[in-house]
Amino acid sequence: MPLFLDDEQTMLRDTARDYVSEQMPVAHMRKLRDDANPDGFSREHWKSFAEMGFTGILIPESHGGLGLGQVEAGVVLEEIGRNLAPSPFLTTAVAAVEALKGSAQAERWFPGILAGETVAALALDEKAKHDGKVAMEAKRSGNGFVLSGAKQFVTHGHVADLMLVAAQLEGEATLFAVPADTAGVTATPERLTDASLASRVTFEDVRLDGDAAIGGDAYARMLDAARIGASAEMLGVGGGAMDMTMGYLKDRKQFGVAIGSFQALQHRAAHLYSELEVARAAVLKAQQDIDTGRAENPAMLAAVAKAMTGLATTLSVQEAIQMHGGIGMTDEHDIGFYMKRARVLAEMFGDTNFHADAVAKMAGF
Amino acid sequence: MTEDLETFRAETRAWLEANCPPEMRQPVRSDKDINWGGRNPVFQPGQKEWMDAMAGRGWTVPDWPQAYGGGGLSPAQTKILREEMRKLGCRNPLNSFGISMLGPALLKYGTEEQKREHLPRIARGEIRWCQGYSEPNAGSDLAGLATSAEDKGDHFLVNGQKVWTSYADKADWIFCLVRTDKSTKQGGISFLLFDMETPGVSTRPILLISGYSPFCETFFDDVKVPKGNLLGELNKGWDVAKYLLGHEREMISGMGNEGGNKSLHAIARDKVGLTEDGKLADPLLRAQMALFEVRTRAFGAMSERFMDELKAGRAHPAQPSMMKYYGTELNKTRNELMMAAGGSDLLEWESDASNGGAAARAWLRTKANSIEGGTSEIQLNIIAKRILQLPGA
Ligand SMILES: Cc1cc2nc3c(=O)[nH]c(=O)nc-3n(C[C@H](O)[C@H](O)[C@H](O)COP(=O)(O)OP(=O)(O)OC[C@H]3O[C@@H](n4cnc5c(N)ncnc54)[C@H](O)[C@@H]3O)c2cc1C
Repeated sequence: MPLFLDDEQTMLRDTARDYVSEQMPVAHMRKLRDDANPDGFSREHWKSFAEMGFTGILIPESHGGLGLGQVEAGVVLEEIGRNLAPSPFLTTAVAAVEALKGSAQAERWFPGILAGETVAALALDEKAKHDGKVAMEAKRSGNGFVLSGAKQFVTHGHVADLMLVAAQLEGEATLFAVPADTAGVTATPERLTDASLASRVTFEDVRLDGDAAIGGDAYARMLDAARIGASAEMLGVGGGAMDMTMGYLKDRKQFGVAIGSFQALQHRAAHLYSELEVARAAVLKAQQDIDTGRAENPAMLAAVAKAMTGLATTLSVQEAIQMHGGIGMTDEHDIGFYMKRARVLAEMFGDTNFHADAVAKMAGF
Repeated sequence: MTEDLETFRAETRAWLEANCPPEMRQPVRSDKDINWGGRNPVFQPGQKEWMDAMAGRGWTVPDWPQAYGGGGLSPAQTKILREEMRKLGCRNPLNSFGISMLGPALLKYGTEEQKREHLPRIARGEIRWCQGYSEPNAGSDLAGLATSAEDKGDHFLVNGQKVWTSYADKADWIFCLVRTDKSTKQGGISFLLFDMETPGVSTRPILLISGYSPFCETFFDDVKVPKGNLLGELNKGWDVAKYLLGHEREMISGMGNEGGNKSLHAIARDKVGLTEDGKLADPLLRAQMALFEVRTRAFGAMSERFMDELKAGRAHPAQPSMMKYYGTELNKTRNELMMAAGGSDLLEWESDASNGGAAARAWLRTKANSIEGGTSEIQLNIIAKRILQLPGA
């Protein structure tokens, strides 16, 4: 399989691009922010995602989904990123679906996800930096479990129907599917730099059924999918910022010529293009190798993708503000939103340093 | 289709296992391990057998047509052959500017006669080619070249000087840019092929900072070149030259693509040492190496994507510039890290322990990667103008 999008994937991308750029352009996000929208995303668009089949991309056909792969999910995520569209797509239709696949919980949650009604959140981190460690413990109690502890940086936590919670069970980091309305779960939303909402969540003696534990393998698989998905979304953010910057370089005149004719800027633009292209390849490679079952080490592919897109997108948004000059510093101009979103995605599920360190460990040094 | 490819893969592996001599499955350690073929080659044990075996199947140039000495393989088969060679650690059987640069240009612009004359001999490694592009006053501004070729009826009379001609002193033939019309710049250049033994051709080596001198100044003094050796049309050589440069850049870009960086890791572990938890004892070097590892692996994916796009005819024509830029900068970084990891052990210039200063010389040699075949600055100009369509300065 060649390492570029095939015709069907391209068609899906075009559909996603048309919808997201027309219905959820940056102005949509700006309005949600200005209105201090309490959900942080639009339920109406989440429904439309379902109608277009997006929410079922990763859900197996046997469950009524499209049974497609990470490549297809990534195509949608990239358009979400390009338009800074607030959406529970990554946590719900990608990470949660990947986690629930093959578990007894699938039957329960997939219909709501397919219908664009259910929202899932990932309760993984316990401190400011994602370090892959889980301290929170789950104890067995009768046929089920009891969870106690606290999580943070839980995107969509306050509107979630389902929370996927990482906790230690008998020495292994395990994922639990926790209905958000279970007694003892409290989510307190905080607005982040990029105007999205993430919660601090506490779990006080939360009692769960036996089938709530969906296992360590599911946790690893979900993390890979979430990281690669965040990479795809970040790639969209980096690419969107770059497109906007290239447009500006062609339009803005100083000294009687377009600033894009200055070689000092041309070379930086060309370097940025190269970094983003390489990042794009790393993301597609990870998605495709996992989809085709060729991946010998999915965690390595995910780490390379997340670290590389972190490098490229950070460069893209920094160059974007600098090359826009003063206007780039204003709230009125959209470009600043790209920098904020990139920062949030860069932290999500491990930053560039965390993943580069992981790559080094896996490579044996 | 896929079943056929699986069969092809199995057969290819079996053939490689049976035919690749054990010596040719060792990593390349120095320049001597690279076979360039030619009229007067110096072979190491196993080198000739390996080249001949591969050439016998057309696999020195697997995707060229069989009629010209190639293997006639499809893009998918070629990819499989390369993958299987990599898995077994097979060395490249033949390195050659004929294969990587001139061949594609001959296939596109050559007459049937020219193709039959040159391509099979390139494929078998019989003729070694060099590239006569640069001149003392035409480097980045290559189209400003002055070496002239005068029309003398049945032949051209060539006069002038080239510089930086890699391996001119060892090459058998040269592909050369000459001026056939002084009144226009790009529109007055022609592309000539000729034998380096033609009277009037002389070379003088240039010593590099690495202590090697595979580069030459090349002089042409009333060199008679038959008219039939013109590749492409008269005064349209710039098209051929640019087409060929695309392939040169593609070839050079492969450099950044040694995913895994095994020797770098090994040297760092050996010389710097490890902490108790198995990490390199120099945390800043480890951090630099980790970020470099990320970029190399990502660039490995980029190379795969680029080759796939190229074969499918969907790569942007200026994309080789991006690959060349990124690959060569990565390769320079790798060698900087290697020197930083190796410490004083890698500074010995002639000792046996340092294998004749191989690492230090390689490090210095890589500094040319971002100059030869068009500098990094020129590649960035091309990306900015042709891909990003930024306004011309
Ligand atoms: C090891 C080695 C092997 C080579 N092998 C061959 C060979 O086999 N055959 C052959 O024909 N040639 C060969 N070359 C020549 C090579 O292609 C030229 O050196 C190269 O194109 C640069 O030209 P120059 O050296 O004249 O540098 P110059 O063109 O003088 O450039 C000097 C500096 O100015 C910068 N510069 C120039 N123009 C611009 C611009 N418009 N914008 C921004 N920066 C600019 C360059 O990037 C560079 O940094 C080789 C060179 C080396 C070093």
